[in-house]
Amino acid sequence: MGRSARIVAAAFVAFGVSSAAWADEKPVKIGVIASYSGPYADYGRQFDTGIALYLKEHDGKLAGRPVEIVRKDAPGAAPDLAKRLAQELVVKDKVNVFAGLDFSPNAFAVGAIAKEAKIPAIVMNASSSAITTNSPYVARVSFTVEQVSDPMARWAAKQGIKKVYTVVADYGPGKDSETAFEKAFVAAGGTIVGKVRTPLSNPDFSAYVQRIKDEKPEAVFFFFPSGVLPPAFLKTAAERGLQEAGIKLIATGEATDDSYLAATGDVALGLITSHHYSRVHESEKNKAFFAAAKALAGNDLVPSYFAVAAYDGMAALDLALRKTGGDLDGAKIMEALKGLAFESPRGPIEIDAETRDIVQTVYIRRTERVNGELANVEFDRFDRVRDPGKP
Amino acid sequence: MTILFDGIASGMLLFLISSGLSVTLGLMGIINLAHGAFAMLGGYVCVVALDRYGIPFPVAVLMATLSAAAAGVALERLVYRRLYGAGQLDQVLFSIGLIFVSMALARWLFGPQPQPIRLPGWLQGQVQLPWIEIGVYRAFLIVLGLVVAVTLHRAVGVTRFGARLRAAVDRPAVARGLGIDVDRVFVVAFAIGSALAGLGGAVGVELLGLDPSFPLRYLVYFLIVVVVGGSGSFEGSLVASVLIGIFDVAGKYYVPQVGSFIIYTVMVVMLIVRPQGLFGRPSP
Amino acid sequence: MTGVVSPMAAPAALRGAGAWKPAELLFWTLPVIGWFAFPENLPLLTQIAITALFALSLDLVLGVAGMVTLGHAAFFGVGAYAAGMLPAYLGIGDPLLGLVAAAAAAALAGALTSPLMLRGSGLSQLMVSVGINAMLYEAANKATEVTGGVDGLPGVENTPLFGMWSFDLYGRTAYVYAVVVLLLLFWMARRVVRSPFGVSLRGIRLNAARMPALGVPVNRRLAVVWTLAAAYAGVAGALLTQTTQFVSINVLGFDRSAEVLLILILGGAGHLYGALVGAVAYMSIHHLLADIDPEFWQFWIGLIFIVVVLFARDGALGAAARIRDLIRNLILGRGASR
Repeated sequence: MGRSARIVAAAFVAFGVSSAAWADEKPVKIGVIASYSGPYADYGRQFDTGIALYLKEHDGKLAGRPVEIVRKDAPGAAPDLAKRLAQELVVKDKVNVFAGLDFSPNAFAVGAIAKEAKIPAIVMNASSSAITTNSPYVARVSFTVEQVSDPMARWAAKQGIKKVYTVVADYGPGKDSETAFEKAFVAAGGTIVGKVRTPLSNPDFSAYVQRIKDEKPEAVFFFFPSGVLPPAFLKTAAERGLQEAGIKLIATGEATDDSYLAATGDVALGLITSHHYSRVHESEKNKAFFAAAKALAGNDLVPSYFAVAAYDGMAALDLALRKTGGDLDGAKIMEALKGLAFESPRGPIEIDAETRDIVQTVYIRRTERVNGELANVEFDRFDRVRDPGKP
Repeated sequence: MTILFDGIASGMLLFLISSGLSVTLGLMGIINLAHGAFAMLGGYVCVVALDRYGIPFPVAVLMATLSAAAAGVALERLVYRRLYGAGQLDQVLFSIGLIFVSMALARWLFGPQPQPIRLPGWLQGQVQLPWIEIGVYRAFLIVLGLVVAVTLHRAVGVTRFGARLRAAVDRPAVARGLGIDVDRVFVVAFAIGSALAGLGGAVGVELLGLDPSFPLRYLVYFLIVVVVGGSGSFEGSLVASVLIGIFDVAGKYYVPQVGSFIIYTVMVVMLIVRPQGLFGRPSP
Repeated sequence: MTGVVSPMAAPAALRGAGAWKPAELLFWTLPVIGWFAFPENLPLLTQIAITALFALSLDLVLGVAGMVTLGHAAFFGVGAYAAGMLPAYLGIGDPLLGLVAAAAAAALAGALTSPLMLRGSGLSQLMVSVGINAMLYEAANKATEVTGGVDGLPGVENTPLFGMWSFDLYGRTAYVYAVVVLLLLFWMARRVVRSPFGVSLRGIRLNAARMPALGVPVNRRLAVVWTLAAAYAGVAGALLTQTTQFVSINVLGFDRSAEVLLILILGGAGHLYGALVGAVAYMSIHHLLADIDPEFWQFWIGLIFIVVVLFARDGALGAAARIRDLIRNLILGRGASR
């Protein structure tokens, strides 16, 4: 893994040097704040891959300007650190744009700096709804938890499921997901027969799953951050025979995150999830994106929705800078970002002109074996979904 | 009933991993916070052997145990032995340093993502009895835990090695005078502690998951077991693990809204009632 | 806080408690040098000062009084939330009022938890502190509606300091503010440690069994210093909230408790200055390494810990003392060594 990270880093350096050497124009400086160490280090690598790929495809330039990337490590939810790094990026490195931002608390903290310094922040993952409301200098190209939870509820209701039990991780996004699902599901005529919030550092799901089995709902909706928890939950669910007991499993796409899916294994088969990106999304754009990103990242990294958001973030910035004619003024860039619509590897996306939040298609997928590897196969869709958290 | 069974099983897993710590920390008195690093090593060895080389599960677990023991011996010879006389704070700093290094190494070798484990077929699924559903893997954990507990109890409590170890820890000078090779006793004890960590780490991957942040994530749980059980007491660790397992699982089942409060509350209450631990000797 | 120990019994350390050594004065020129040398890194320097205050608070209980804790973030967090909720819910944005409120709230938390901490000793005490910390964290997480949970508490906005200096982007106000608070509290801690009360604490650490015979009420003394340290930690938390205008649940995190313990050990416990030196050393090394190698800095920092323990016991101050002795010996000849 060290190798691939170095390759990506080398790609940055190569572009920075080669283009800056002969361009007399001032480079666009982008400060990327993300987890590069610790348990979520994968996120930083994903961002790097997406950003590097976009730059590679565009000769290391955005709107004809050379690009310089400054990477800062804010591992996990560390708002105080993220805030300090953002301040440094402004006063010391003099960046023109903030990017990255994997965790919501960090995005909130950086959003405040963005507002004060009038520097646009492009959120490439953080998915708490209020991030864009809190700071006028934030635009989001990823998704919100509510945005992907709500279609799952509508889809379940459409299938005639009436009784659902919800299980979410006990923290902000978990609660957001629970609320969004419940709201949409009850509105569609369903009932939530039980809900539970499990500790984030939870080694053992057996008690919760047993409880669900004894309650006998028609389906269980669950939300956990991608990584260790979804496989643990799925394993326990398989061991206790939830599916055999006639209880369907539905979840948001974090459960079958492309970069963890192979590790999750066969317990994920047949799981229905809702999300905005799958690596096997059927489009020319995605095929090209995925192959190139994979080649760039090396063997041990499967480009996921993180890499896509980073790629799209660069695309959005590119388009915005074209609109401003290369002007790096923060207010002008923000103005240009509003209402942008373009084709992403995940399908058509746009940045809402009012809320600066993303509007996109949310897909319903089933985990299947494709060419011997597990993948999220899309079979239903909800077009132009806005963030339901916005008025 | 199923809840009770699950509680005992997760308690047993806790015991399997922590029992090694009650050797190094409890008996030998080293603040070995890096215990989880040895468990992680066992986990990775097991997963790699199983997944990449298709080695049968029992052999893979044995390999995990042995390699953790080997790492334990090497580190004891090289660095830990220099720490026996050091202050506890220095031991804390050292072992945290070791955790950081091990986490970085694990990430460098295997990447930050969690590692999958595919248990052999004979450990999967559930057996339905009239009054209880038994997960085969959990039953396996309980049996293994009991075997380890009995073996340890005999090895340290009854054999000559046990007597030597206790002598070497309590009065090293006197022990030397009696002709006990204190250095050797310590190496062996440390190897046993690490081996148990490796064993627990290997069989625990299924339930605990495995990624580079493993040593820190479960550190508190290991410490809870050893401290609540009473330093240096396997009986204590066993009882504490099972109690914590049952409280945790039952709490999640009956009062899920309370969540992880339970484990900490149980610990604090137990320590208030018995500061020296369940089976601990009152501190001198 | 007048002690029972009579002035006659007080050791020489007590005399001239107010006098600052030249080395100390030299040390306190560092923040001024920092201001001029690193004008673009003031946010980092501010956080170093805050961490130093937090480590100082830990040194009062751990280094001076010998109470083992791995849950000190509990009080840091209480202070941070107190300073955040004041403007967020009551609209009181004055930073100094925030500090006072934070100190009071954390002291209250300290007073309430001190009986629990005094039950056991050693590892058992350590785990009780971990438990208290974890329960507070869970409580804050459960009460997300009130605390903002992981996403942070909205609406933390402070009015300018003394109505004149607002917290600016370069972090100038924040830096001066944090350093001045640190200096004042350090001065106070220094006096406390050198008072009869402080001497009795050292006595308790060295031999708790004998202290009652000298007429020292051990548990009461420990409860007082625990509460005082809690208040210090609370002020550190409040400073973090005010200088970042943000508070989220990670102020209560176990990581923070562990980190501050490492910092204190790294600097050397029991000398007060060890806390400051540790904070400066750890935070600077962390910052440099994370800049050079954002992915593997942890490896290098771990290696540094190991090397420090193997070759430089008792932290940076211990190493410094040994080097000083070595030099003195070289100059004055062997006879001067202790």
